[in-house]
Amino acid sequence: MTPETLDVDGLLDDPARRVVVCCGSGGVGKTTTAAALGLRAAERGRRTVVITVDPARRLAQSMGLESLDNTPRRVPLPEGTPGELHAMMLDMKRTFDQVVEEHADPERARQILDNSFYETLSTSFSGTQEYMAMERLGQLRESDEWDLVVVDTPPSRSALDFLDAPERLGRFLNGRLMRFLTAPAGSGPLRLLGAGVGMVTSVIGKLVGTQFLNDLRSFTAAFETVFGGFQERAERTYRLLQDPGTAFLVVAAPEPDAMREAAFFVERLDSDRMPLAGLVLNRTHPLPEGPAARLGPEEAEQAAETLSCDGGHPVAEAALRLHAERARTRERELLLRDRLLTAHPGVRVTEVAALAGDVHDLTGLRWVGARLAGGGPATEGAADAE
Amino acid sequence: MSECEHRSPSSWDPCADARLHIVTGKGGTGKTTAAAALATALASGGGRTLLVEVEGRQGVTALLERSPLPHEERPMLSAPGGGTVSVLAADPESALMEYLELFYGMRRAGQALTRLGAVDFATTVAPGVRDVLLTGKATEAVRRREGHRGRMSSTPPGSPFAYDAVVMDAPPTGRIGRFLDVNSEVAGLARVGPVHDHAERAAEVIRSERTRVHVVTLLEEMPAQETADGLDEIAGLGLHPGAVLINMVRPQLLGSADVEAAHAGTLDRASLVAGLAAAGLPEPGDLAAGLQGELHTHAVRTELEERIRGELASLGRPVLELPRLARCSGEQAVQRLAGALTEQGVRR
Ligand SMILES: Nc1ncnc2c1ncn2[C@@H]1O[C@H](COP(=O)(O)OP(=O)(O)OP(=O)(O)O)[C@@H](O)[C@H]1O
Ligand SMILES: Nc1ncnc2c1ncn2[C@@H]1O[C@H](COP(=O)(O)OP(=O)(O)OP(=O)(O)O)[C@@H](O)[C@H]1O
Ligand SMILES: [Mg+2]
Ligand SMILES: [Mg+2]
Repeated sequence: MTPETLDVDGLLDDPARRVVVCCGSGGVGKTTTAAALGLRAAERGRRTVVITVDPARRLAQSMGLESLDNTPRRVPLPEGTPGELHAMMLDMKRTFDQVVEEHADPERARQILDNSFYETLSTSFSGTQEYMAMERLGQLRESDEWDLVVVDTPPSRSALDFLDAPERLGRFLNGRLMRFLTAPAGSGPLRLLGAGVGMVTSVIGKLVGTQFLNDLRSFTAAFETVFGGFQERAERTYRLLQDPGTAFLVVAAPEPDAMREAAFFVERLDSDRMPLAGLVLNRTHPLPEGPAARLGPEEAEQAAETLSCDGGHPVAEAALRLHAERARTRERELLLRDRLLTAHPGVRVTEVAALAGDVHDLTGLRWVGARLAGGGPATEGAADAE
Repeated sequence: MSECEHRSPSSWDPCADARLHIVTGKGGTGKTTAAAALATALASGGGRTLLVEVEGRQGVTALLERSPLPHEERPMLSAPGGGTVSVLAADPESALMEYLELFYGMRRAGQALTRLGAVDFATTVAPGVRDVLLTGKATEAVRRREGHRGRMSSTPPGSPFAYDAVVMDAPPTGRIGRFLDVNSEVAGLARVGPVHDHAERAAEVIRSERTRVHVVTLLEEMPAQETADGLDEIAGLGLHPGAVLINMVRPQLLGSADVEAAHAGTLDRASLVAGLAAAGLPEPGDLAAGLQGELHTHAVRTELEERIRGELASLGRPVLELPRLARCSGEQAVQRLAGALTEQGVRR
């Protein structure tokens, strides 16, 4: 099966393309891909901003990012680079604070920001990071300062979290239990359930403490005024994701779990009418061209056995065993890829071979960008970065 | 395991006394797999261990290719030389029900709370509560003595422990500090009541010398960095670091001289061609060119791995290695990994 090739340069060069979102399950290379695409777009002449989330320290440093910072910073690129690259590291708490400040009058904003529950919500609530990544994307897109906004998505086990978490957070903040617990005693909408309002409140109070419940109450009261604006913003960003000027790239490592997640995400984009550009298969193990590509794992293993009986050719024997392992890995990778393509025909694919080391500087990013745009695999031989 | 021969078998010793083994590491490095292997190794030769998972993902049953468990302890794995590993998929909701019943006799109330989503709510607004409930399940099993299930308030000190050791498949390094810092987590919450008392008891076990926090890593830069950071954080909290478990270690096919040559590109092509010809392979010349490229990649990778291995060794913790298996699920795979640990001196 030969997959249709994803034309990454065509994607980056299209002036109508304003947003590229890199999604995928944990650790597959979303941040690396986003940064590499941003760099490549800049080098192809676009004024680009990349929103990264939790980048590896060395990668961040190589782009001149030293700490969480919501303001895009210009990444110094060689003279003569036709475009610009700006990068930022999402600071979810800061973003959340800004949203609150924007939607509430100063006094109410203070009440919210000082509330102890707000601390939990803005730093360790699952879903907040996704919500804030979307929020920041919406802001940067609306500012119209950029030709292209490339967005990395938060680390999460499931790729779908990026689309689901913001709504989950909204539902929670506006949820019936929240209203119920924070309404004046006995007047909540759950009263009819007859569950014993006092009992529920008292048990929750025992668990989290009454002080905490009080904080929660004052938080909800203050937040109520902000909530509408908050929700509306999120909905607008969600619609932006459906815009034809947006392109989703689903990043996956060639492993069963990541590929399954990728398939879920492809389906989800389809049902939410969001534009999928294609699949990035990252950290693959292509075989060298020539006869090595045709030497199957069993054959290689057998040849190694023959040599091991005779002795005398230890390096050839090791090379054959190594090749057998690599060829087996490659077979598995292609099987996984083809399984996804059979279920989702027409998905365009680009492949990036695994480098020996991490990708932590502009040279590495440039190499990844070239692989992304090259469509076909190539081993790292030429770019061992070390 | 040839790749493990040079490990010193005594390196595990400081951890042999531990009753609670907490296994963390970067996401996806093999925490669940390593925790299962460790629980099995610790049960070998007639022991009883409990493997507790706390992330609500039924990772252990997936690893063992079994269907999901109810939230109760049950024997699921047998260890080499006799021995049983029980598994518990702990979940905050059922843990809370147990405690409400135990302390308040509030079974019905508990059910009503569940129906309303109140437990979910409470553990969402106050994640510390959830963590305490989960660590509490593990620490209760650590303290439990035979014949006194669940009543840790009335353990007769004489009778033997229900488990020789408890192994926890814990959250990843990014969240482990917060997860284990039980006391400060609930400091801002209820000052009385079941959760608070419970937190105190859990904290006592977690801080004890007989609890060790092990970190799983790969021979890759990010997981190794997280290992170093994680161990620092653990020590900073006054907890006791355990071993570094290097997972998915590949066998070393080339001697170090050949690795160097392959990296430098000075590997003798003619002898490679001769070897391939001797094996009867067609087009040995062109084939050798391709394989040499693969050898080069391998050599670069190997040298990087050696550097990382050195960095991990310099952290001053016992280092254990687990081989990469072609197929890493099912009871047999876990037993093989457990065997590798036992060979490296892991015992209770
Ligand atoms: N093609 C590649 N070859 C070698 N290493 C790679 C490649 N792509 C990414 N990496 C490395 O893999 C690690 C994970 O990559 P990255 O941080 O981009 O993933 P992610 O999907 O953003 O992860 P998370 O879900 O944690 O945010 C990094 O150390 C990165 O340098
Ligand atoms: N020694 C090994 N050899 C081969 N594959 C392995 C090995 N250890 C783990 N794996 C595989 O790596 C993947 C991740 O392993 P596992 O689920 O144990 O990691 P984890 O750290 O618990 O992940 P998570 O952070 O998602 O909980 C699984 O597919 C597993 O089969
Ligand atoms: Mg990332
Ligand atoms: Mg796990």
